[in-house]
Amino acid sequence: MSTDLQSRTAAPPVKRARAPWKPWRSNIGLKIAMAVSGVLMVLFIIVHMAGNLHIFEGREEMNAYAAGLRSFGEPILPHESLLWVLRIGLVASIAVHIWTGIVLSVRSHHARPVKYAHRHKNKGESPNAYFVMRLGGIVIFLFVVWHLLDLTWRTVNPVKEAHDAYGAVVATFSPERWPVTVFYLLALVALGFHLRHGIWSAVQTIAGPGAKWRRRTQAIALAVAVLIVAGFAVVPLAVTFGLVS
Amino acid sequence: MSTDFYREGSPVADTKAPAGPIAERWEQRRFSGRLVNPANRRKLRVIVVGTGLAGASAAATLGELGYRVANYCFQDSARRAHSIAAQGGINAAKNYRNDGDSVHRLFYDTVKGGDFRSRESNVHRLAEVSTEIIDQCVAQGVPFAREYGGLLDNRSFGGAQVSRTFYARGQTGQQLLLGAYQALQRQVAAGTVDLHTRHEMLELVIADGKARGIIVRDLVTGEISTELADAVVLATGGYGNVFFLSTNAKGCNVTASWRAHRKGAYFANPCYTQIHPTCIPQSGDHQSKLTLMSESLRNDGRVWVPKERGDDRHPADIPEDERDYYLERRYPAFGNLVPRDIASRAAKIVCDEGHGVGPGGLGVYLDFADAIGRLGKQAVEAKYGNLFDMYERITGENPYERPMRIYPAVHYTMGGLWVDYDLSSNIPGLFVTGEANFSDHGANRLGASALMQGLSDGYFVLPNTISDYLADGPFEALDEGHEAVVAARKEVDDRIAFFLGNDGDRTVDSFHRELGKIMWEYCGMERTEEGLHKAIGLIRDLKAEFYKRVKVTGKAEELNQQLEKAGRVADFFELGELMCIDALHRTESCGGHFRAESQTEDGEAKRDDENFSYVAAWEFGGDEPILHKEALEFEYVHPTQRSYK
Amino acid sequence: MKLSLRIWRQSDAAAKGKMVSYEIDEVSEDASFLEMLDVLNERLISEGQDPVAFDHDCREGICGACSLVIDGQPHGPQAATTTCQLHMRKFKDGDSIDIEPWRAGAFPVVKDLVVDRGAFDRIIQAGGYISAPTGTAPDAHAVPIPKQDADAAFSAAACIGCGACVAACPNGSGMLFMGAKVTHLALTPQGQPERATRVLGMVAAHDEAGFGGCTNTGECAAACPKEIGLDVIAQLNRDFRKAAVRAA
Repeated sequence: MSTDLQSRTAAPPVKRARAPWKPWRSNIGLKIAMAVSGVLMVLFIIVHMAGNLHIFEGREEMNAYAAGLRSFGEPILPHESLLWVLRIGLVASIAVHIWTGIVLSVRSHHARPVKYAHRHKNKGESPNAYFVMRLGGIVIFLFVVWHLLDLTWRTVNPVKEAHDAYGAVVATFSPERWPVTVFYLLALVALGFHLRHGIWSAVQTIAGPGAKWRRRTQAIALAVAVLIVAGFAVVPLAVTFGLVS
Repeated sequence: MSTDFYREGSPVADTKAPAGPIAERWEQRRFSGRLVNPANRRKLRVIVVGTGLAGASAAATLGELGYRVANYCFQDSARRAHSIAAQGGINAAKNYRNDGDSVHRLFYDTVKGGDFRSRESNVHRLAEVSTEIIDQCVAQGVPFAREYGGLLDNRSFGGAQVSRTFYARGQTGQQLLLGAYQALQRQVAAGTVDLHTRHEMLELVIADGKARGIIVRDLVTGEISTELADAVVLATGGYGNVFFLSTNAKGCNVTASWRAHRKGAYFANPCYTQIHPTCIPQSGDHQSKLTLMSESLRNDGRVWVPKERGDDRHPADIPEDERDYYLERRYPAFGNLVPRDIASRAAKIVCDEGHGVGPGGLGVYLDFADAIGRLGKQAVEAKYGNLFDMYERITGENPYERPMRIYPAVHYTMGGLWVDYDLSSNIPGLFVTGEANFSDHGANRLGASALMQGLSDGYFVLPNTISDYLADGPFEALDEGHEAVVAARKEVDDRIAFFLGNDGDRTVDSFHRELGKIMWEYCGMERTEEGLHKAIGLIRDLKAEFYKRVKVTGKAEELNQQLEKAGRVADFFELGELMCIDALHRTESCGGHFRAESQTEDGEAKRDDENFSYVAAWEFGGDEPILHKEALEFEYVHPTQRSYK
Repeated sequence: MKLSLRIWRQSDAAAKGKMVSYEIDEVSEDASFLEMLDVLNERLISEGQDPVAFDHDCREGICGACSLVIDGQPHGPQAATTTCQLHMRKFKDGDSIDIEPWRAGAFPVVKDLVVDRGAFDRIIQAGGYISAPTGTAPDAHAVPIPKQDADAAFSAAACIGCGACVAACPNGSGMLFMGAKVTHLALTPQGQPERATRVLGMVAAHDEAGFGGCTNTGECAAACPKEIGLDVIAQLNRDFRKAAVRAA
């Protein structure tokens, strides 16, 4: 074969992205979308956790808080406006989060099709991220489905009255239904690990801090994750061990 | 003078160098050389072999000018060429330090440093262009070391009394090469340069007296193909690997140059090899290469050996008055900063006398205790940290606590294909740049001058001079069926078939190692008539045995690293022989060539300007090479015995 | 010392490879890892077997050619050290060592331990440069650069393009490599005019070459022989976000 230059056309210049949306389909673009949706969900979770703590004030206050969420902004705004905003925001965030998660996972799978014969312990800054984000994410998703069936739609909850949030919580975590509590706690652990990596990873993706702030972000992420897990865990534990009944 | 091994041919002359005041010659030549109209450039094709500093810079610049360039390298990426390993720095006559530097002083230092065996015109041009190189590299984003004020930092470097060396920590070559590599990739993206990695040039095509193409082997598939063009540029580096152990990369080889030599290109001054004084000593027979520690270490490190022979105490236990700081003692003016050839031979002398340290007594100390005491460990670490780390990885010893052990090793080859002022070989259309040519360093290269020369040739000289040749093009179109192409391909095919078909029992490396030992022993730091005679005999015998017993496994149509090596070592045999013949014929000592018969009373090199003030350009003549002399004239820097005392 | 090696053997890109065991004796602890393989290869050739193909060149840790995954770790167990600089004194007599090629979709195996890293060149072609044609440069002192910036740019530019980051990454991502070049050029005044187009072009080429996305696990930085840190990925993310927002 001749490689004579005469018979060859010049190589085309490397294409640059011209379509404005194209960069957002790149790995980094999708990752930013994932990070933003994740941050929105973290904010929701923090509010949700704080709300849960009303249970320690007793049945009346807890149910009043739940009712307040529905009537928030009335009469200027229609009934359940806040909840619908939250619901739509959450569904959108979850959809984006899961969709980008799947696309990026599939791309990763193609980018690393063959595993090493010799597995070595990871030694990076978030050594288990790969595992806790993808498997942990699936566990959290399954938990959310259960959680909706249990405490939102009450499909699997003995207390069907929508306004009695307090009763529903107490019923679901009652001592004889201890496996529910165990499942809840396990899901929380998965969430904790997911957040410990997810929060700093999101900041790294969106803001791109320097080395010093990256360390600080990692510490903050850990603190937030512990706080959220603890804040959520006290409720079922309190019910299961009879402190709230 | 023994002429048993060669015959003398007619003298050569560099016909392209203009006469007139030296400072105006380069400008004159640029004006007298013909240009190529920009519209015509895209009709002209140029092959560049090699992607080191000289190759990548030339390919990128020719591409920018609008020529159609095909660029080849044997590495898997253009960025891996061995220029990447240069540590110390690059000289430029910027006089940013206001310490009396100038183009003329850099010119003077380089001619003197080359022991008056280089061409004044070439060296002056090099010094002129040096300043543009720094500008160019900074514009490319090369992260040179800077001072707190934001301006470029400089240091003084082996053999110079001014601070004119620009550097990027201990990785200057890497940063400069990446600059050139990025410029090259930009042209690849623009479609002006067609880059072929993992391709090795195995033959030169000469048609109607002109270099018109090359035969290459795709190292992955084994496919042999032909690339034809209007001119061929070889930027294929030096041949230090003829010694097997050297600081060169394992892949460095002479094949491209040697194939051109066999086709008629003169090979100039092959015996001028630079032995670098600061390398990590050999640790055993398994050794595959030697590692250089930047010469910049000598700025702050002090070289010494124990006064007592065979003193094997821990260096810290040897008191000050029982140490011999032999460089400071013998060369009070330059001390530890004497040029490389002098520092290397001084190390050899003290080790030969039995003062050497480490395994086999082949090592001297390079001690940073004073520098650490004076500047603090942090400052030393900032300057040399990466070098210290590298030393510790290789030897297992901590140089902050125990002096380094160093020993000379082959590092650079000043000889190479003969070129005229335009960097054209004696074959029309064959240009040679960088270490592959012989032109600018004479018999000894000064520190931080290799990067300068490679980039000067590639960015500024060749792109300007090659147009004078290309102005006659495009030349008559050739095709695969041309007899020159067919013949060249057949040579390549036959050689490959020979190696794979040979019923041998010895590995290529075992021959290479043995050749290297012969070269180091007899054509290394010190050469004698008797030793060189012996070496030529040994090489011829070993070469015969090589062709009889070499064993190459595998097939031609695959990635076959043994086959690659076999071809390279075969060429090293022929080169090694020529080096010994050149060394034998040059009975004087000069620069990197030290003949024991020609030394002063106190053991310094003694030149013989009356008989040897010439470039020895060798024409291939089978077993009997033909010597063409190019007389050297010195109008501006008058030869004196070099003295660094 | 005596060692048991298991080495990935694969005759060409299309072939199916496997791990093959070799015993090797009398290895000097002063030998480098590649010298140990040289000794093995010499033996294989004398026995008429095909020697193990591996990439290597400078053997002083700067060219970036060597690329072995040793016991599951790119460049082996010693931090900040390329394979060629790894010495056998880091191993013990009787050790068994697994040697595999870089594993990544974007780095297909060519033969045995040799992979094709051309994808890195294509990323650079997509913008990893400053357009400064020869001869157009102003004086080197025309633009001062603060020392901190120059030093930081150098640290990023110290990347040797070996690909260990990709080999270590569970997602086969080239973000550390790309981030190092983006950071180097973003920290120089000369790199500013093309800063946005550069990052967009390189990111597109990176994805097109089949590298995966970043999950910020940090395996890349832990494997990098030149100790390039995750801050270059942060810089890349930042530059990308700004450029993509501006392009939208």
